Amino acid sequence: MSAPTEAAAGTWAFTPENLELAKRIIAKYPPGRQASAVMPLLDLAQRQNDNWLPRAAMDYVADMLEMPRIRAYEVATFYTMYNLKPVGKHFIQICTTTPCWLKGSDQIVEACEKKLGIGLGETTPDGQFTVIEVECLGACVNAPMMQIGDDYYEDLTPETTEAILDALARGETPKDGPQNGRIRSCPKSGPTTLIDQAVRVGVKPAGQS
Amino acid sequence: MPKLTIDGQEIEVAPGTSILQACEQMGIEVPRFCYHERLSVPANCRMCLVEVEKSPKPVASCAMPAGEGMVVKTDSELVHKARKGVMEFLLINHPLDCPICDQGGECDLQDQAVAYGFDRGRYAENKRAVRDKNLGPLIKTIMTRCIHCTRCIRFMDEIAGVPVLGATSRGEHMEITTYIEQGVNSEMSGNLVDVCPVGALTSKPYAFTARPWELRKTETIDVMDAVGSNIRVDTRGPEVMRVLPRLNEDVNEEWIADKTRYSHDGLKRQRLDRPYVRGQDGKLRQASWAEAFATIRTKLAGLPGTAVAAIAGDLADCESTVALKDLMAKLGSPNLECRQDGAKFDASKRAGYIFNSTIAGIERADAILLIGTNPRWEAPLVNARIRKRYLQGGLKVVASVGPNVDLTYPVKHLGAGGDTLAELAAGKHEFLEVLKGAERPMVIVGMGAFQRPDGAAVQHAARAVAESVNAIREDWNGFNVLHTAAGRVGALDIGFLPGEGGRDLEGILTGCASGEIGFVYLLNADEIDGAAFGNAFVVYQGHHGDRGAHRADVILPGAAYTEKSATYVNTEGRPQQTRLATFPLGEAREDWKIIRALSAELGQTLPYDSLTQVRRRLAEMNPVFAAPDRVTPAKWGAFGKKGKVDGGHFVSPVTNYYMTDPISRASVTMAKCTETFLKPALPAAAAE
Repeated sequence: MSAPTEAAAGTWAFTPENLELAKRIIAKYPPGRQASAVMPLLDLAQRQNDNWLPRAAMDYVADMLEMPRIRAYEVATFYTMYNLKPVGKHFIQICTTTPCWLKGSDQIVEACEKKLGIGLGETTPDGQFTVIEVECLGACVNAPMMQIGDDYYEDLTPETTEAILDALARGETPKDGPQNGRIRSCPKSGPTTLIDQAVRVGVKPAGQS
Repeated sequence: MPKLTIDGQEIEVAPGTSILQACEQMGIEVPRFCYHERLSVPANCRMCLVEVEKSPKPVASCAMPAGEGMVVKTDSELVHKARKGVMEFLLINHPLDCPICDQGGECDLQDQAVAYGFDRGRYAENKRAVRDKNLGPLIKTIMTRCIHCTRCIRFMDEIAGVPVLGATSRGEHMEITTYIEQGVNSEMSGNLVDVCPVGALTSKPYAFTARPWELRKTETIDVMDAVGSNIRVDTRGPEVMRVLPRLNEDVNEEWIADKTRYSHDGLKRQRLDRPYVRGQDGKLRQASWAEAFATIRTKLAGLPGTAVAAIAGDLADCESTVALKDLMAKLGSPNLECRQDGAKFDASKRAGYIFNSTIAGIERADAILLIGTNPRWEAPLVNARIRKRYLQGGLKVVASVGPNVDLTYPVKHLGAGGDTLAELAAGKHEFLEVLKGAERPMVIVGMGAFQRPDGAAVQHAARAVAESVNAIREDWNGFNVLHTAAGRVGALDIGFLPGEGGRDLEGILTGCASGEIGFVYLLNADEIDGAAFGNAFVVYQGHHGDRGAHRADVILPGAAYTEKSATYVNTEGRPQQTRLATFPLGEAREDWKIIRALSAELGQTLPYDSLTQVRRRLAEMNPVFAAPDRVTPAKWGAFGKKGKVDGGHFVSPVTNYYMTDPISRASVTMAKCTETFLKPALPAAAAE
């Protein structure tokens, strides 16, 4: 991972590929309204910079969009998905909002903390994992769940959680989605509605494997 | 024109008027925090809620346009309940530290809590605490007191044009900050203290020094630049505690620049409080008035008038200038000069040296050409007006010949110096087409363009540009001179200029060097190197021990602008009068009285004994003085001297905004500003 110290202002820049991408994003907005591209560009910068935004990167984006730098700081601090401090390679966000909590997110948090030996909001000394708790990520049907990087891992139990972390530690990419064999957010015990209609039109009812 | 009923009274207002503005027109007060008449309307404090019939909820009156047939109630039970609710929420996180808060006694929140506050808190949780921010040496922050009205953010964005403040994070974690802990580097930043409705942003130098109810308020005029901002000087006993702006739509609206607001601590340092005479040993020693006058009389005895010269400086008021002029006439000296910076413009026509369009007139211009000026430093409020004009829309272009600096609005930089101006004057520059296409083109010439040997030729060229683009008409005069010295236009109006066969500044100084000039009277003139006076006998009249006093052989202690009733003419040619806020220090006296007393001592008694009589003499000299606070339009005519304009760069005379005169040079606050805002930029500027 990158050094946790702040890069000096003016030393940060997009890679040539990202610059190309940034130009395509800016082109989506009318001329003179390029500041509208600040959120996708900050996201792009964060992705380029090991999943966190140093001030130099925010300055770079603000300057590129010809907007006051403070306006970029405002955006970056307002949205929780911009990380303003370095995070681990695997950025684990555990949902602890009511549906997940009712379905046992406390045990998932506990499993992560025990497995990784860190508390919420902390990063492992080797810089591999960061765990934070977040508000609802919109996957309540598959509660409890966590997001690692861009992937959702759903229908978790402490065991499957540990298995995912083990796999990540080994350098593998565990399969995302529900961890209990369910297909997406279909009923686990097979389809319960619209079965007749599915049979009538000759398709497999949703959720049947 | 929508017609609506407010509290049972009908009123017709202009379309687009908000309910709050309509209420104000009727004299109904609506409480507010975030709404400010000169800033955009965010409607986020919710304090101005009113009841509108047929509306399901109370309405934020600042953001709701008045509509036809609306029935508004500002005093109903619902309104009171709503406002009380808002107030209770505002006070949830507001500390109860009014007794130690500098805003106490003039705090919007405090005042409105009296009307809408609850007498006890129902909030049992911990209040939030916010770390204070470093906004530089002028603004003190206690951010826990902030109620997030965002006026400061909008002020910096819109009026000051230095968008460094913002609101980071959200919800309970929201904070007003620069994020990077840098000072607010703007010449207008002091106004943040005024726009903040609570005690979150207060004046750092004024912190814990006084309470508003123990201050005596004197309405007067500022002299830190040539804008003549209308100010209120608050004093306690003999001390100036603070300076606040006064509303004058034609001059400074309701803003003042930082130097105006914060340099008053310079009035307490380096002051001259008694006469001094240089002894045989070359050292200045304290003396009595009689002794000082006697020394002058001895020195003047037998000296022909042509060997006597007088220079009026930047802070000289009109009364003393006219007295000095009359005295010099009696002594037979034609060697008068009020342009101590060496500016060489032709002052034969008044239109040639004033800001003819007026400052408010900037708002009607649609193309502006700046010549040899950096208005942001020379006159921040003129610059703020240009920015205001830019934000209004319809301003085609601001172009500049001279220093290429950030003026807080886009500027087309045409060139750095005289060669570009020569091209423009000769009709060869393509930018002329833009100016010609403008309905009200404006040319603003700064002192940087005149402070060179070919100043009069520059003036002629600028006039040629203005005339060639049809900027001089019956209904519009677009030729403007932006002065930097408060006393300059007044002295020019009096005609404190070389008389027949008289010497100008250069002549006086060469005369000093050659010994032809044996006596120089400096009236508040501090910008000339002491060595330039050679062996001449120098009398300095002024209030600070600055450059002039250092060289002087006799020092006559005068009064500073807060200590006298005096007339100053601003760059528009608007005579305005200061009022005495504190008495002159020690043995110092009002300036015109000193000259009047000296004249009696010299046997050349001047024919006036009271301020009224001096002012009558002023009006006699130039009728503009008979109409204080008004701009008398000047008649156009030929001025300037046809000649070659040198290609050299125009350099703004202001190299350090915070220190331009004896008062600001003596000010600790201004020194801190220089240290904070200008020092870090210096190496970069040197590298350019």
